[in-house]
Order: sequence, then structure tokens, then C-alpha cells
Amino acid sequence: MTWIRWLLFLPPGASTFADGIDLLHFAVISVTMVGATGVAFVALWYLMRYRRRAPLAPTALLQASLLGEVTIIGSILGLFVIFWVIGFVQYVDIESPPADAIEVQVTAKQWMWKFSYADERRSINVLTVPVGRPVRLTMTSRDVIHSFFVPAFRIKQDVVPGRYVTAWFQATSPGSYDIYCAEYCGISHSRMLATVNVLAAADYEQWLSTRNDTSLLAAEDFERAGGTGELDRSDLAEQGRAVAARRECLACHTIDGQPHVGPTWRGLFDATVPLEGNLTVIADEAYLTRSMMDPMADVHRGFRPVMPTYQGILTAPEAAAIVEYIKTLRAGGIEPSVQLPTDAGAGARD
Amino acid sequence: MATTADLAQPLPEPRRAARGRSYLSDEVTIVSWLTTTDHKRIGVMFFVATTLAFALGGFFAMLLRLEHLTPGPTLVDAMTYNRMFTLHGVIMVFLFLVPSIPTAFGNFVLPMMIGAKDVAFPRLNLASFYVYLTGATLVLYSMFANGLDTGWTFYTPYSAQSPSAVVPAVTGVFIVGMSSILTGLNFIVTVHTLRSRGLGWLKLPLFVWAIYATSIIQVLATPVLGMSLALVGLDHALDLGIFDPARGGDPVLFQHLFWFYSHPAVYIMILPSMGVISELVCTYSRKNPKSYKAIAYSSLGIAAVGFLTWGHHLFVAGISVFDAGAFGILSMLVGIFSAIKVFTWIGTMRRGSIVLSTPMVYVCTFLFLFVFGGMTGIAFATTSLDVHWHDTYFVVAHFHFIMVGGALAGWLGALHYWWPKITGRLYSERWGLLASALVFAGFVTTFFPQFLLGNAGMPRRYFEYPAKFQVLHVMSTLGATILAAGLLITLIYLLASLFSKERAGNNPWRSAGFEWRTSSPPPKHNFTALLDVSRGAYDYTELPAEEEAADP
Repeated sequence: MTWIRWLLFLPPGASTFADGIDLLHFAVISVTMVGATGVAFVALWYLMRYRRRAPLAPTALLQASLLGEVTIIGSILGLFVIFWVIGFVQYVDIESPPADAIEVQVTAKQWMWKFSYADERRSINVLTVPVGRPVRLTMTSRDVIHSFFVPAFRIKQDVVPGRYVTAWFQATSPGSYDIYCAEYCGISHSRMLATVNVLAAADYEQWLSTRNDTSLLAAEDFERAGGTGELDRSDLAEQGRAVAARRECLACHTIDGQPHVGPTWRGLFDATVPLEGNLTVIADEAYLTRSMMDPMADVHRGFRPVMPTYQGILTAPEAAAIVEYIKTLRAGGIEPSVQLPTDAGAGARD
Repeated sequence: MATTADLAQPLPEPRRAARGRSYLSDEVTIVSWLTTTDHKRIGVMFFVATTLAFALGGFFAMLLRLEHLTPGPTLVDAMTYNRMFTLHGVIMVFLFLVPSIPTAFGNFVLPMMIGAKDVAFPRLNLASFYVYLTGATLVLYSMFANGLDTGWTFYTPYSAQSPSAVVPAVTGVFIVGMSSILTGLNFIVTVHTLRSRGLGWLKLPLFVWAIYATSIIQVLATPVLGMSLALVGLDHALDLGIFDPARGGDPVLFQHLFWFYSHPAVYIMILPSMGVISELVCTYSRKNPKSYKAIAYSSLGIAAVGFLTWGHHLFVAGISVFDAGAFGILSMLVGIFSAIKVFTWIGTMRRGSIVLSTPMVYVCTFLFLFVFGGMTGIAFATTSLDVHWHDTYFVVAHFHFIMVGGALAGWLGALHYWWPKITGRLYSERWGLLASALVFAGFVTTFFPQFLLGNAGMPRRYFEYPAKFQVLHVMSTLGATILAAGLLITLIYLLASLFSKERAGNNPWRSAGFEWRTSSPPPKHNFTALLDVSRGAYDYTELPAEEEAADP
């Protein structure tokens, strides 16, 4: 692996993804080089072999055989499909964080990276993780799109405002690695750099108990730097539930499948929502967010258009957390335990 | 020679008068140029305009490369750098690469290749030129009105809040898009309705097929670009929040809309170039295409499948795993159509009678850049590799190889090949070979190091960069200098040839192509007799005559 990386100018491979991806990289690029050079050499050979000897020599009309064409094209397609299968299997792996991963929340903003850990410790531009254990990053942006890129881990994930996106990795050797922002985000894009410190198991245990790591920030300092406030806690869906309760969403929307003033959230995500005039819409992240900010845009058929807008009330991370919460309320869940009183939530209508 | 014989048939009196009068000498006032409906003159005007855009985009490119000589600030500040890379992209893509070959060479030779005396809608053709100029002027205006720093991709929500002149710039691109649609529509109708008697679809020159396929993409995809840019412009001007997540918008939706045009736009840029290569390979190998249908139909295949690959720009933007896989395999299918073309061109050279002239060097340049760049495209489509390379210099190198290199090699090849057709003059072959070698060497030296930079993890659109990347950046800048030298030499010897007394003759390459079966430069109405298509455009079983130059 070392000489492959040296040859291709690749950074050290410090995650479980790196070896497989670099091997595929080497294979594909080798075929590319051989193919391009081969084509160029055949062209050069023909240039010499069939150079114009007589200024007026005519040439014969020749036609490629169908068999020849199909053979060449078929074998190339076969090669491409092999590449694709290997690459796609790796991609699925990159996109599938394991359940037992350590959770870190990442907030991107112009122009810094903020990390908050499960134990409510926070840091800016320094991410500390243990070696040999999967780490799952749940990321959002407070302003424009950024992209979380660790070349040594071979991972990259766009961080989109108004959404929570995930990425994961398992570091394989202790050390410090660069984090870059890879999506253009304004004047200081090239200064949006951070570091991931991978610690050996013992060092990590020690770090977990220490309080005097200079990279760690007190909650107030984090806030002053525009931190994510109360959302920097463990579970997103749980935060969404808290926000929904605090903002009285649950006064009109049930979570047990019963329609109320508004449609129930149970089984809402990814469902087909009927609208007025025989239209439908899929209740994806975009629809759910839009319904909070501009509730009159696409009203669920059969419900009165009474929901007020939450634009300017819910922050983008709060709205995204509510969406995460709704996502967890898959269909067929709990039985309605309580028959709702018909006047419940009447106060939230206005 | 059947063709010459036909042209030599005695004709009524006007022919005598027309003889020796080319489209250039017919009327010489500036007004006669600015109000012309002659497709040839419009082609020349488009050529001048798009070449000026290329020069401006190239100037920005050179500044960008010089800026990267050192890791910190070298020449300009961060905001200026961000504006320069944006304008480099916007100008090169929308004002040069998209219109360059169709509007200049397509306009000039396509009607002649089908034996027509003009395009179907000559006045619309002129309108398209002025629409282009209007749009280009607005884009240039944005350059002085606070610049533009969104990147040529205009990604939201940044573009909706960028402190730069987003509105004039997107309006300009919107208007240039109109020009693109008008020209595309004109070509489609022209090919359908104005083909010479007996000229069936499968006898059309391959350049016509390529331009036809390009026009279909232009007409179908450009409206989507117009809509999405209009939304960005409205968002920026009126603060509508269309793509603002805090108001229920979805910034990733913009990326889908943008790439629905901008990926097919890659084929708008490369397909005409492929058409040029098909002509050049046949003419300079004096050989029929190894498989005419393979080249013709693969152009349509690229146009069709090209519409289904946009999602490969979003593998790390948060699309579903299924989508990523589907867009990956569909992207590879486009690669197959391109591979069909490459192998057919190579096969065409076999048992030909090849001369290594300047356009043929550009054919070889095209083949190398296109195959190498194309294979890195296949590498991107293997999804997992894209994750590391996405938005790094690897992708910059990839699209400069395949799209810019391919389109540029085709454009330069076309320029040299049709230079005698357009001007009636021959350029200096010696300088041509030198310049084309410099262009090839410069191009590879510029962008090969950028592949390695991307591997090493250097993100694109970085004003400053870690010092470990400096050596490769300096190499790249050196290459850009060589490339610029090659292009400047080309400009000089081509301009010099205009002042040479020597005439090129009607068919200096002895091409069998239809557009060569009239004088060079052609008369105002292209042909003085009906184009005889009984002898095919790629028939070299008998050599076409190198006709004498028209009367002085």
C-alpha cells in the first residue's frame, strides 16, 4: 500500500476505508493510464505505418465488422461494471454508519467547525476521537453549504443547512489529520481548516476524564462563538421532541396516529400526502420543513388551513431536529392510548 | 471528378459575375457585416466574439495560476481570487465553450455540408448573435459592478446571499442561454428541411450529426438552466428564500436543477468537437469512417443518456445510496458511447493515407486528453472514489482534460482545417506544428499535476493552500505558461496569414467533404450549382481534385 500511495501522491491512509479505496483507485488509474497511452500509441503507430507515401494514393472503403465492434464495446462495458460493483459496495459501506458508533455532533458555519461530544464537552476546529472505534458524525450548517473532508480517511460529506447529515469513519492509526472544507463557502473558504486528533485507547480514556484540554471550550465561550446552544446534546430526535413540545407543535399534531387539528406525525415521513385538487406530495425533509415555514403552501387535504408560520420562530437546526423526530415516528407504531379531547390544542390555533 | 465537372458546367450570365466574388468581397462595409443574414458572416462574427471571450477567460486563468505560485497571498486578495475563478468559469463555459464550435464553425460549414445556401431562419441567426452579445455584455458588466464570487455553479444558499453582482451575472447567462436555444433550433430545422436533393440522413457528414445532437440538448436542457438561474436571481434581488432552508427551501434542489442542464452542457461542449474530429480523421487519413453509423448514432446516444447522469455531481451532497448507484452506472453508459467513437476514429486511420499536419496533431491531442480524461470520469462513476476526489483538484483536472481539452483541441483543429475555407489563406504549417505541440505539452503539464494535487487532498477554490502542495502548483503554472505561449503563437501566425498574398486554393487538403466542393472562400450563396451528393462525403476511392483558386 505504501508504494501505491507514494506513486499516486495520496495522503496516509488512516481509516478502515482507505486501503480498499486506494486499491481500487490504483487499479482504475492504471487501466486509465494504459488505456490512454495505448490509444495514443496505436494512433502514433498508424500515423507512421499508414503515412502518406504517394500524394495521390486513393484508399479502399473499409467497414468495421459488427462482431468486432460488439466484442470491443462489450468487454469495455464489462470492465466498467466490475469497477462500478466494487466502488458501489465501498460507497454503501461509507454511507452506512454502524449502530455502536461514538456520536459527535458537528456544526459548520462561516468559517469554522464546531464539535460537541456526548458528554456535553465542546471544541472548535479540533475533533478528538479514539483509534479503532467507529465514530459517527451528525452534521449541520448554520449558514451555507460546507463540506467535511478528511483526506486521510478518504471521506467527504456536504454539510447542508436545514438538514442533518451523517458521516462515519473508524480511524486505524493515532495521529493528527487535516480537515478541510471542500464546498466553496465565501471569502475565507480556504481558511476553514480543522484537525482530527486520533488518540490511542489509553490516551482517549485519559482525554475523556480530563477537563484541561486546551481545545475544549466552556459552554459560554462556545455560545459566544455562535454555538449551537441547546441543540448540542445527545440525541437529535430527542431534541426534536423537546422542541416540538416547547413550541406546542404537539398540541395540534399527535404522535400516535390519530388525526387532530393537524395530521398526525406517526407514519408521516415518506408518506404520500393528499393535497387539494387531487395533487399529492411526498412528505420528505423538504416538505416537512416547508410546512413549518410556509404552512399554507401545501395543506394536507381534509385539514383546515389554520397553522401559523414558524418562520423566524424555529431556527434552522430546530426545524431540522423536528424533522429528525418525525422520521423516527414510523407507521404502525403505538396504539392510541388516550382518546384526545376534541378541544385540545385550541389555544395553539391562532 | 464529377463535382468539378458539374461546377464547370456553363451557367447563365450571373454565374460569371459571381465568380471570384466571395462572401467576403461581396460587400465590404461594416454595416453590411453587422446587418448580414449570411450564415458565413454570422459564423465569423461569432468566432471573433467567442474568441475574445476565450482570451478574457484565459487571462483570468493565467492570473489564477500565478496567484498559486506561493501558498499564501501572491498577487491578489482572497475576494479578488474568488471573483477571478468565478469569472474564469462563467466566461469559459457560457461565453466560450458552449457556443464556440456550433455558432462559429457550425454556422459556417453546416449549411454547406448539406448543400443549402443558408440556415432555415437567417434573420433569427443574426438575432441569436445580438442576443449573445447582450448577454455577454451583462456578464462583463457584473465584472465591474462588484464582480461575482459564487463559482460558476451558483450553489445556493451562498449565491442568494453573496455580496457580489449575482443578478446581472445570472441575467447575462440567462440571455446567452436564449442565444443557445435560438441557434440550436435553427440548426435542427435546417438539417430537417434544407438538405440537398438526394442527401439522406445516413449520407450526412458526421459533423452535421454531432451538431444536430448538440442542438437537441441545447433546446431541451437550456430552459432548465434559465429557470434555475432566474430563481437564484430573484432570490438574490427580492430575498424570496426559494432555496433557503430557514424558510422551507431546499438548497440541494438547486443542485439537481443546475446539473440537469450543466451535465448535458458538457456534451454540448464536447459533441461538436467530436464532430470536428470525425471530419479531420477522415480528411487527413483520406479514409472513410470505420463505421459511419457507430459515430452518428453514438452522438444521439450521448445526447439521450447525457440527460440521465446529472446526479453524479451529488454523490456527497446527501442523495440516497440507490440514486448514487443508479447515476454511477448511467454515467458509465455515456462513457461507452464515447469509447465507441474513439475506437472508430482509431480504426478509421488504419490502412489510410495519413499526413501529420497541424489539425492531425490536434486529433491526437484530442484522443489522448479525451481518453485519459474520460477514463478518470469512469473512475468518478465508481462512487466510492468520487468521495475522496469530489471538489478537489482531481475533478478540476478531470474536466479540464475531457471537456476543456477535448473541446479546445476540436476547436483548434476546426480552426486550422477550415481556415482556408473561411479566409482563402493557408497558415504556416511549420509554426502550426510547433504551436500545436506546445499546446499539447502545456496542457498536460498544467493539468497532470492537478490530478496529483487532488489525490493529495487539495480542495478546489482555495485561495491559500498548505505549503506541501506548492511544488505541484508551480509545475501547473509552468504548464499554463507553455499553453499560453502556444495559443499566442497560433494567434500570430493565423493573423499573419491573412496578409499573405498566397491563396489556398479551393480544396488544399483534397477533402471529399461537401463543404469543399465550392470555392474557398465560398461565394455568397455557397454553391453556384446544385451540390452533387452521388459521391459520398467520405469517399476516397478516387482522389478529389485540388481545384485552382477562383479568379482573382
